[in-house]
Amino acid sequence: MSAREEVLGRIRTALGETRAPVPEVVRDYRTTDDRPVAELLDVLVDRLEDYKASVLRCGPEDVAGTVTAALDAGLGTGWAPGSVVAAPGLPAAWRPDGLDTDDDRPPVQLAERAASVTAVAVAIAETGTLVLDGTPPCGRRALSLLPDCLVCVVTADQVVGGVPESLGRLDPLRPLTMISGPSATSDIELERVEGVHGPRTLVVVLVS
Amino acid sequence: MTTTPQDLRTDQTPLAPGAPRSGTTFLGLPTAPRGVGHLRGDRSFPDAARDALRDGQLRANLGHATQTIRGKRARVVAELPDWQQLRAAGSALKTATMARLDEHLEELERQVTARGGTVHWARDAGEANRIVTDLVRATGSDEVVKVKSMATQEIGLNEALEAAGITAHETDLAELIVQLGDDAPSHILVPAIHKNRAEIREIFLRTMPRVDADLTDEPRRLAMAARAHLRERFLRARVAISGANFAVAETGTLAVVESEGNGRMCLTLPETLITVMGIEKLVPTWRDLEVFLQLLPRSSTGERMNPYTSTWAGVTPGDGPQDFHLVLVDNGRTAVLADEVGRQALHCIRCSACLNVCPVYERTGGHAYGSVYPGPIGAVLSPQLTGVEDNASLPYASSLCGACYDVCPVAIDIPSILVHLRAEHVEAQERPTAESVAFRALARAMSHPRLWRLAQRAAGLGRLVARGRPTMPAALPFPASAWTRSRDLPTPPAESFTAQWVREHGGRS
Repeated sequence: MSAREEVLGRIRTALGETRAPVPEVVRDYRTTDDRPVAELLDVLVDRLEDYKASVLRCGPEDVAGTVTAALDAGLGTGWAPGSVVAAPGLPAAWRPDGLDTDDDRPPVQLAERAASVTAVAVAIAETGTLVLDGTPPCGRRALSLLPDCLVCVVTADQVVGGVPESLGRLDPLRPLTMISGPSATSDIELERVEGVHGPRTLVVVLVS
Repeated sequence: MTTTPQDLRTDQTPLAPGAPRSGTTFLGLPTAPRGVGHLRGDRSFPDAARDALRDGQLRANLGHATQTIRGKRARVVAELPDWQQLRAAGSALKTATMARLDEHLEELERQVTARGGTVHWARDAGEANRIVTDLVRATGSDEVVKVKSMATQEIGLNEALEAAGITAHETDLAELIVQLGDDAPSHILVPAIHKNRAEIREIFLRTMPRVDADLTDEPRRLAMAARAHLRERFLRARVAISGANFAVAETGTLAVVESEGNGRMCLTLPETLITVMGIEKLVPTWRDLEVFLQLLPRSSTGERMNPYTSTWAGVTPGDGPQDFHLVLVDNGRTAVLADEVGRQALHCIRCSACLNVCPVYERTGGHAYGSVYPGPIGAVLSPQLTGVEDNASLPYASSLCGACYDVCPVAIDIPSILVHLRAEHVEAQERPTAESVAFRALARAMSHPRLWRLAQRAAGLGRLVARGRPTMPAALPFPASAWTRSRDLPTPPAESFTAQWVREHGGRS
């Protein structure tokens, strides 16, 4: 008998011939958030900053300039535009002049770059979480991982209240990355320290 | 429920099909085999705990760390008005999953396969290790990077790889500390919780080849040293091995929840990804993650959300590993599933909240439990995975205070399982133990008034041994020592209540 057949057989033996009915799952926890958008944005900013991300807010006409300011904040002024890689689908109106664009180069080459700029698919206010879904505006997973500074552009319509609403908007077949603040660890005496293997600097541009 | 000793089989040979079954709940399903993996200690819990309790540094480290995390967890749990509803939903979801575990696993296999992954099944630790070793060999690589994974610790994968000439690099900071220090993990979430910053600095200075000699014990500097140490390994790695926090049956999506980004490095950069997962770690639908992604981070690190969660379904062209293998491991889990009381232990999402609140864990630390699963959940999971007789002291490693049940995000009733396992252990004894003889004698005395008065008078002799102290000495002669070496036995009173009543009231009721 194959291991597959044997393990499945053991499970059937363990559960018995007359199986207990499957219990109903009551979902009486919060699945929506009725707060106005402006309030959700404030919560998002509060939670992002609490986990040591920086947030810059701007209007829709001023995204490229604010991304430049975000890179100034993350890298210090005087960064070379060629050292910053943008996701291939990042809207042209959001891009500062001269940025490099990610292509199908070997992913480890991205480790030499100073920063990356991506969009997000969804942002969760209550947890301060950005979700990237691997579509061209967000870029492949290595892009938001290897450069030491990550700039993410979030638009107000992408912000939801809690985790349940966010999953409803996401495609589970895409490779998803949920990001809540810069890379961190609690492994030394259970105290949180920001900055381990992922980007040590996270700057969020919030467009509303 | 009744069990007979032969129900508690701990040998490795599975029962032949059609072999006689002797119990109503245990159906002769094989437990995790001996000789491979890390589910059994070489000493009993009381013996190992006694040494741990003498280590003042260990107790200080644990006290500090568990107190910190308890406070953080309590603050973020209090932020959610619907925590108890989430907890109830998490519990119901796990019960529902286990009730149709075979169907969900088959669906998971179909979905992962349809998206370009390969699914392997392993009856036990040895088989899982062979599968993974062969997969790594097939890539031609002699090293792998690893994401922290309880399942691979449980099956002893690193040792199996090493025996095959393959070097496994642990990449989680705490796992790295344990690996570099040639130590054993002592906590589910933070395997190096027993080490403080000064000890970690010393390990890094001793074992990291290119470490800065001026390294201080500031946690940020230590984390940066780990970053530098691992960076080049991540960039050259061709094979990664991970565990999984969740697998979604309906979509074939796997999820890894982490903090440092080492998980993302392993899940993203190598060409080949091998994920080792216990068969119980799945959820039926994508929507179910809305519950667990709220319960897990708040319960484990005390954060609203952990810094990074990665999900993937099979292989995505142009993004991440192009060769994906999922290894589904039983290793005693089906034996746990067969026990209607104990199967709740399979609901565990490995948050470690129960460790952090446990008064026993806080004092003894994780090594005393002898298994990779320490603390309250380990005390119910390890003995069930191995068979109770192979971890017979663990169900007693608890004061039954119930703090673990209160904080468990999926409401596992750990105290009830502990009592259930104690009963199983007692019933498994073929010869009477000193304890059972003593309790039988006590029962007889308590049901015969004259015997009882005699016994009380005899017990009064204990006052001579106690010499005025409120408790009896711990070093009583055997067999009394078996009771008193880990419990305080109060010195008998000079006079029993009944005797005092008779003296003062002259026998009037």
